[in-house]
Amino acid sequence: MNFLSQYIYYIGAFGLFFIGLYTMLTKKNLIKVIIGLDILDTGVFLFLIAIGYSSGGTAPIFSKSVTETGNMVDPVPQALVLTGIVIGVSVLALALALAIRLYEHYGTLNLRKIKEQRW
Amino acid sequence: MRKIIAIVLLAVIVMGISLAVREIPFGKTDTKVGEYYLNEGKEETGAANIVTSVVVNYRGFDTLGEIAVLFTAAIGLGAVFGSRKKKKDAEEVEKSSLIVYTGCRFLFPVILLVGAYIFIHGHLTPGGGFQGGAVVASAFLLMYLTCRGKRIRDKSNKVVESLGGLIFVGIGLVGLIIGKGFLFNFLPKGEFLTLFSGGIIPIIYIAIGFKVGAELTGVLDNIIEESK
Repeated sequence: MNFLSQYIYYIGAFGLFFIGLYTMLTKKNLIKVIIGLDILDTGVFLFLIAIGYSSGGTAPIFSKSVTETGNMVDPVPQALVLTGIVIGVSVLALALALAIRLYEHYGTLNLRKIKEQRW
Repeated sequence: MRKIIAIVLLAVIVMGISLAVREIPFGKTDTKVGEYYLNEGKEETGAANIVTSVVVNYRGFDTLGEIAVLFTAAIGLGAVFGSRKKKKDAEEVEKSSLIVYTGCRFLFPVILLVGAYIFIHGHLTPGGGFQGGAVVASAFLLMYLTCRGKRIRDKSNKVVESLGGLIFVGIGLVGLIIGKGFLFNFLPKGEFLTLFSGGIIPIIYIAIGFKVGAELTGVLDNIIEESK
């Protein structure tokens, strides 16, 4: 039980990561592959945030009531995740655009039927 | 067969990662750089939100690269969609109902205001240019859903987007000329916890907010135009 409460965020993060990776590796539909990519992204973000957490810590923002540094969580992973989310949105938009063009060209989103995409 | 390969591959990765993660204690951070930002960021940048001071001031150059990635994605999306032949005749679109239309007209300025609040107060409260820009773009998405057939003016969108980027790079270059380096915080820090504090941070985040809002609106515009 102690183990679970200690590593629950890591387990959740890598659970999402592996669900995404498994989806990307096995699914036939291109849209599902892209959804898998996004779930994988989410797992990485959760992992980064979990690394920066300190027990009982507050958000790294000063206010009128919080003027001392005290026990704040690490701001660096949060800044990294902010960057990562924006990059994730860019990748998702471009991937969906390419999927639409692929559908127009081949008439299908099934990756088994598109010769150039088979692995 | 494919599933077996995938599961074997995943099992190998699980093994490696669980061995590595077991060594990282949860709930304890002792990175030197994070501690430095927390202890010194208040005096050095004047921003109350340390994440903002990391994103815009300490790692401002990274943020410029991030914006460049978003810009490239938006341009790429335009190129992917723009290269195909346009259908000539615009089909008649069904009008949305009066309730939806009126509600949208009421909500649109409110959502814009919330977005502007989020990116103007990025150095004081949670939020910032990217989040505020996304909220602004969601207001335009609502507009696209209700006022079907109407589009934003492409040219003004491009102008706002380019101006945002130019202000960011321009402030960085001014810092390079009169200060120590690119994106040097040359403006007075102001009084802590007030709107006019943090030197160049609010100005850059407002520029980012406009740029991200315009870019995401352009992406929405491209996708909606494509779906017709």
